[in-house]
Order: sequence, then structure tokens, then C-alpha cells
Amino acid sequence: MQERQIMNQEDVRRALARVAHEILERNRGAEELVIVGIHTRGVHLARRIAANLAEFEGVEVPVATLDVGLYRDDLRDRGQSQTKLQPTDIPMGIQGKRVVLVDDVLYTGRTIRAAMDALIDFGRPKQIQLAILLDRGHRELPIRADYVGQNLPTAFNERVKVRLMETDGADEVTLIFEDLNGEEQKSAEEQEA
Amino acid sequence: METDSILIRHARIVDPSRKLDRVGDLLLGSGEITAAGRLGPDRIPEGCRVIDGAGLVASPGFIDLHCHLREPGFEYKETIAAGSKAAAKGGFTTICAMPNTDPPVDNAAVVEFIQKRARQDSLVRILPIGCVSKGRKGHELAEMEELASAGVVAFSDDGDPVYDANLMRLALIYSSDLGLPIINHCQELSLSCNGVMAEGPVATHLGLDGIPAAAEETMIARDIALAEATGGRLHVAHLSTAGSVPLVRDAKARGLSVTAEVCPHHLTSTDQWVLGRKGEPTTAAGGLAYDTSTKVYPPLRAQRDVEALVQALADGVIDCVATDHAPHDVTSKQVTYQDAAFGISVLETALGSLLQLVHAKKLSMGAMVDRLTTGPARVLGESYSDLASLQPGTAADIVLFDPEREWTVDTSEFESKGRNTPLEGTTLKGRVVATFAGGSLIYQSPELKFEEPHVNA
Amino acid sequence: MSLSRTIETPEISGALGTVPTPRKHVLDLDDFSREEITEVLGSARGMKEVLGRDIKKVPALRGKVIVTLFYEASTRTRISFEEAGKVLSADVINMSASGSSAEKGESLLNTGLTIQAMGVDTIVIRHPHSGAPYLLAQHLDKVSVINAGDGLHAHPTQALLDLYTVQDKLGSLEGLKVVIVGDVLHSRVARSDIWGFAKMGAKVVLSGPATLMPPDLMRSSKNIARSHFASLVEVDTDLDRAIEGADVVMALRLQQERQNAGFLPSIREYIRRWQVTDDRLERAKPGAMVMHPGPMNEGIEISNSIAHGGSSVIEEQVTNGVAVRMALLYQLTIGPGQES
Repeated sequence: MQERQIMNQEDVRRALARVAHEILERNRGAEELVIVGIHTRGVHLARRIAANLAEFEGVEVPVATLDVGLYRDDLRDRGQSQTKLQPTDIPMGIQGKRVVLVDDVLYTGRTIRAAMDALIDFGRPKQIQLAILLDRGHRELPIRADYVGQNLPTAFNERVKVRLMETDGADEVTLIFEDLNGEEQKSAEEQEA
Repeated sequence: METDSILIRHARIVDPSRKLDRVGDLLLGSGEITAAGRLGPDRIPEGCRVIDGAGLVASPGFIDLHCHLREPGFEYKETIAAGSKAAAKGGFTTICAMPNTDPPVDNAAVVEFIQKRARQDSLVRILPIGCVSKGRKGHELAEMEELASAGVVAFSDDGDPVYDANLMRLALIYSSDLGLPIINHCQELSLSCNGVMAEGPVATHLGLDGIPAAAEETMIARDIALAEATGGRLHVAHLSTAGSVPLVRDAKARGLSVTAEVCPHHLTSTDQWVLGRKGEPTTAAGGLAYDTSTKVYPPLRAQRDVEALVQALADGVIDCVATDHAPHDVTSKQVTYQDAAFGISVLETALGSLLQLVHAKKLSMGAMVDRLTTGPARVLGESYSDLASLQPGTAADIVLFDPEREWTVDTSEFESKGRNTPLEGTTLKGRVVATFAGGSLIYQSPELKFEEPHVNA
Repeated sequence: MSLSRTIETPEISGALGTVPTPRKHVLDLDDFSREEITEVLGSARGMKEVLGRDIKKVPALRGKVIVTLFYEASTRTRISFEEAGKVLSADVINMSASGSSAEKGESLLNTGLTIQAMGVDTIVIRHPHSGAPYLLAQHLDKVSVINAGDGLHAHPTQALLDLYTVQDKLGSLEGLKVVIVGDVLHSRVARSDIWGFAKMGAKVVLSGPATLMPPDLMRSSKNIARSHFASLVEVDTDLDRAIEGADVVMALRLQQERQNAGFLPSIREYIRRWQVTDDRLERAKPGAMVMHPGPMNEGIEISNSIAHGGSSVIEEQVTNGVAVRMALLYQLTIGPGQES
């Protein structure tokens, strides 16, 4: 296994600043906005975007948190580590609001589908938009992001790992892939042993 | 020249009736033991078949005072035919059948039925035990003299205790001129109540009703007092508690006619086995718990009970090992622990279990063989002593076993119809290689090899 | 090369990560780790949020079938499981022993096999015999089994809701003193609570008539080996002393037939010695919680004023029961995932 860095701390910071600006531009301000972070890393990204909005526009945009576990269609394939529920907390409600959903990686689109289903159980938002730190492609549903930190074409057998200060002690995005040369080398070593 | 003689050569001959334990040869012919010791070539008949007994133990065929053959009435659990094959495979050549059949053995006609079936179907000698009370109901004495004349060797309402103290007293008195023992399944019902396993930590953990040790001990104490008062012959079935041992020891010390037996499972397994991990201690029961194959009466008890019973068997306080072979159909055990039938299918694993004690040096080989042969023969009485001897001139009831052979218990290979044993899948060390009854080879394992017939030089 | 490095321990789920052996059955708390209990209580918190919504329905278990198989009368536990399943969008089929094939003598195992053959995902079973859920778990390979109370043995979902209720009120379970009063011998709730509270670091003290304590828990029984189970608890038959400084007092239901069976001289004497009353509760820690697994015999094991007083959390126990059962149903149905 090999791991290669795609975004460093500075890249992440710049991407989130740009996304905040784009949100303000597209919505002509921060009126009626609610930022909803999808657990776990989406929540931290949502808080950072809200902080950017406060800095750039001087407004407090409410941040809500959403666990989409109960709405997923693919949990059976994901093992038990995904069954732990985290608090869904939408104190301000979303009725008639412009909701910006925030997540770290956009891949198949199934998480976003689940998140939209979940949101709609809490009321009828005026609009749902999607902000994403990294779009790695391979969509399985007709979903696209409104705000993208970075696009990265990937292969199926590659994995994307997002690390954030709040959960992992560092800000970076990396790509994990099979290192075929390395594997060969390893098996050669095993034969020698 | 053709001959039906068989020579077992270079076996370790263990014959407690003569306090014998040494390597030698045994010659069998015409249903009897014709010679024993170191036999020169001149004493071996021409054409005699020869078994190399090196590394094997040869002893008198085992005697089981306590098994359930279920016929008549419960042929779906066991039959005389299947039970006798299981006995032969386990090294037993004489087995005593408990009378809790349907109808119960409370009259001569049922005794005769069993004897007839035994003649037709059985490879081993089957000695019926008759009921103490009519219908095993515990109210009126059965016609004990009629039963004795028909051939029963003891009286018992086993499966249930003789609960009424006065009936027990009368049974001991009435049978005294018949010379046969009363075997009581000692269990004070008002203490055991609905119990299904030993009272103790595992019962608490699993929420199963416990049977206190006192349920057994109070009735043994009662029966000993009655034996003392009446001079009757008492044999206590399947001791299971440490506290029962001193009761029996004291009774014997006082010269009473009291004997006792213990089962292999009570010598080798504890109530931990109910947790389903073959006795391996665990604090988390997990999905394997409530192993109904461990449900037996009396119940599997604590380690201290096991140790006391092994010691008492080694000391001779307990006279013999009895299997309490209690075969059941699958359905009787595939239910909740509470609903499951009591009983373990033991005949085919008894030797392997007991040899664990020999290998662990808790019991000598001689003592083990004694408790399986001369011990039970003594309980049956003087006239049965020949069954437990390798003396030339006695019937050739012989078991040949390999004490070192390891094998895995696989109940699908059982001869018994009862596959109910917690030992399924466990490894035992020691197994019967051949069993002879009246000189006939009634069981042989694949390991048994005959050499070329003997030719006199 | 400076941007590349070799990963030693993959920490992401799926093909690269190691999936923990998922739990298939909930039979008792004895095989739950502290971490697993913590996870269930955490998920229950999320479920309680769902129960507080206007629309109490999430699609998590859509298309899953749950059968509640009850061989004993029960209202609250059965309804609690039914609600839990339905809020999660599972189809819940209730089967009680009366009026079913069980009444015609079909064995428990055959009933279980039949239910399995119908493609059911989870069986929630209550049975008067200890270990009945184990029989199903041992013989059914395609369904999950949840124990909703078996004989005298266990009631793990009740214990988990008790843990949840206490944690919710007091923040943590570590170091609490929990006094369980009454007929421990015949109580499956007490058995499961002992495991649960002990695993979470609370100190459990049992009080009640010595005749209603499991014999191996009584120090007076010298002839009986004391179990690991016994090492988790203390026993003090003097309730006034046992209750000193308690954070939680749980009264167990006292069945009237115990008097007839000779365990007690009289209900009157039981009330005098072991009823949880205002006077006795004053000896506990200020703000101590009073719990009861229900159904209550008010005026016997618990006084009326305590049952409905400020320290009682008995109604919250019921609400939390739904959340905890949702968490378990969710975890069991989702848990046994195939590794991709």
C-alpha cells in the first residue's frame, strides 16, 4: 500500500475559503442559510465554512449536524463500524431555509441521497445545495456538488483519506493505492527468506 | 486341525480378583479361559488364532450395575440389541438393566420378556433389576419374591427415589431373606423441587433451578439409618456430592451392609460443562450455553465434589463405577434445558473417561479395573464373583483395551441409539480393542490384528 | 518520493480495514464488553432524537422482518420492541404462544425453524424457560435472536435501558452505588443488571430476604463455590444499611406466590423490612434515583409515594426502552455485513 498527498493544510484552508465565498456569491449573502454537516468530518468542515462566512460577511450562520446512518441503503456492505449513530441536531429547523449540505468526499452520491431524505423528514427546505471538499468521481446517482474544493479523478481500487485537525490532528487529503512494484519487491524478499 | 481357541499374547493382564497385574498370555477355548500366564508353545493348540496383546491391557469384562436399556416401552431411545452392542464396544460383558421401562419391571412377565429379548438380541449378559414398588409408584411393594425367582439381581425404582421412608424400611426388611440389594436413587424431592442442575455459581449465572447437594445427602443419611435399623442391604446409586462420601464411609465403618457406585461423568466433569464449553471456565456464557447433553440426574457438580468422589473411588469407599447409561432420542434433548430429559449415553465412553483418572495418576490401573469388575460383582453377591475373574475355568468374558490410544468421540459412530453425550467432539485416551463374551469375539476395533494361526513347530 | 509513504495499519473501513466480528444475537449482557455497551448506549441517544421528531419514522430497516415470539404475557416489552421496529420501518409481526401452533404442542425449535424459513431477519423471544433464546441461536443460522426475557436468566434489553436511564441522569456509571432490592433469586432483570452495572464500573449491592438470594451469592453458604458472578456484587440483607449512600435504588417485583412457596413468612413482614420508602430513601445519596423494571406492586416492594415521587424514573425507563431496542435492532440487522 502506498499513500500520496493530494491536498496539504494550506490547500484545505484555501479551498474552504473559496467555497465560503462561492456560497455567499451564489446566495447573495447569508440570509436564510443553514449549514448542515454530515457526520463525522462534514460537521467539522461545516463549522469551518460557517466561521469563514462569519469572518467574510460578519454574520452568524447556524450549523446543524446530521447522521445519515438510518437513511443509508448500503450499510450491510459496510461492516459494523458504520452502525454507531451520532447526534442529529437541527435546533433551528430547515423549513423554508436554504440548506448547504457539507461532506468531505463526494463519491457514489449515496450518502448525499440519504442526507437529502433525512433532511426532508425535518421539513421542506427552500433549496438544498451541496458543498464538498473533494470530488473523486464514480457517481452512482444523478447528484453533483454546487461547491467543490478540488476535483480528483481516481481509479476504483484507490481510496481517498481525509484527515482534519479536529479528528486526526492534521489537515490533509491523501490517495491510497496499490504499489505493484512494492508488492513484487516484497514477494521477492519473502522468497529469499 | 481347526480349533476355536484364541490366544492373547504378551498383554498386560490385570485381574483384581487375584490381585494380578503382569504381562502374560491368555488362552480361550470352548467359552472358557483355559490357561493363563506365560504359556510355552507346547501348551498352544494347533491352528489357534493369535492376538498380539503387546501394549494392551487384558482384564475381566466390565460389569455395569446401572444402565437403562429402555426396552420395553421406549425403543425409540434404546433397544436391548443396540444397548448390548454399545456395551460390547465399551468393554462391558455384563450389564444390569434398570426397571423404569413401560411397563415397568414389577412382575415376572416383564422379566421374562427382557430375558427372552436378551437371549435373542444381546451380545452381552443382561441382568434385569426389578422394581421396589408396584408400577414404580412408591406406594406398595412389588412382588419381590416373584421377581427374584424370575431372575432379577436387585430392586430399584431408579429414575425416582423410594420416597416414602416407611416403604423403604419395609423394602429393606422384606428383601432381607432374598439376599438382593435395594438400589436407591437418593433424592429428597422437596429439596430438589424443579431443579435441573447443581445448585451453585453456574445455576445462578444461567438462571436455572438448582438442586442442592443436601437433596442427595439427606436421603442417603435416611437410607443408612434404615439399613442399620433393618439389617437390609442398601446400594446407593450414583453418588454425586462430596458430602455423600463420609456418610457411606461411616456406614461401612459401622459394619453396615451398604455399598455405593459412582458414574464416569461425575468423576470427570463439573457443572461448568453446562456452559457449553466442555468444562472450560468462562465468565461469558455466550451462545453455547445450556448444553442439554449435560443434563443428568444427579447433576454434574463442582470441582470439589469431583475430587472427593475420585478420592473415594480410589480409597474403595465407593465400591464400583456404574454408567447410568441413559440414552435418549434427539428430540428429548433439542428443547430448553428445563424441558430436556435427564441422562447421558455413557457405555461407549466410560473406559476413556475413567482412564483420564489413571493417566492423571489419581487412580491406579488395578483399582480402575477392580471398580469395573470385582467391585460391582461384590455388590451383586458371591455367586457372581466368577464374572470378574480371569482364572482358568471361568467364562471367557474378557476386555482387551489400549490405554494409550487417543480417539475423538463421534456420536455418529455410536452403537447406542442414544447420541446424548457432552463428550461429543472431545478427545479421550484409551479405547477398547476387543471384547469377548463366553469366548466369542463380540466386538473388535479396526486396530485388532490376528497373527498367522499358530503352527506347532 | 517525499510525498509517498507506506501505510502500516490501514484504518479505513471496507476492503482495507478489518471489520470487527459483528454481534449476531443479544442473549445476555455477560458477553458484552464495556466498549460494546457504550456503543449501544451512544446509538440509543441518536435513536431517542428520532423518537422526539414530529415524523417518528426512519427507513433504516425497510424491508426487514422482525417477529416477536412471546411465550409469556407481556405488554410493555412487546409493545416497546414493536414500536422500535416500526419507527425503523421494519415489518413487525407479533406472535404469542396462545392461538399459535405452539399451543398445539409444536416444539420451540420447530417454531423457530418455521419462522426462519419464512425469511424473517430477527426473532425477539420471551420464554418462561431460562436459555430458550440460546436454543434458537444454536440451531437457526439465518436469523438474529434477541432475548426479551428468559425464565430466571436474563433480560438484557431491560438492563441496557436501565444503564441508559442512569447514564442519562447522572452522566456516568463509573463508581456509582446501585442497590437492587428484593427477589433476586427469581429475577432475570437483576441478573442482567448485575452484569451491566458491574461492567460499567458501578458497585452493585443486593438486599432482600436471604431466602430470595441465589445461594452462591450468600457468604453463609460455605459449601458452595462462589462464582465470578458472585464477585461482582455484595449482599446485605439489612436494607437500611445497604441503602446508605446509594446513587440508584432499584426495587424488584415481589410475586405474591413466594409467600405460598415458603420463601417469606408474610408479605407484611417483607414490606416492613424491604419496601423502598421515603424514610429509607433518606439514607441514600441526595438526589438518588428510584427504578423499577415493572410491573409494580405499589405498596409492596415500593411505596406509592416513592413510585410516583420526584426521585422515580420509572416512566423514563419505559421511553428509553424504545430507544435502546431501536439501537439493538439497528445494530443487529445492519451489523452482520459481508466484507466487500
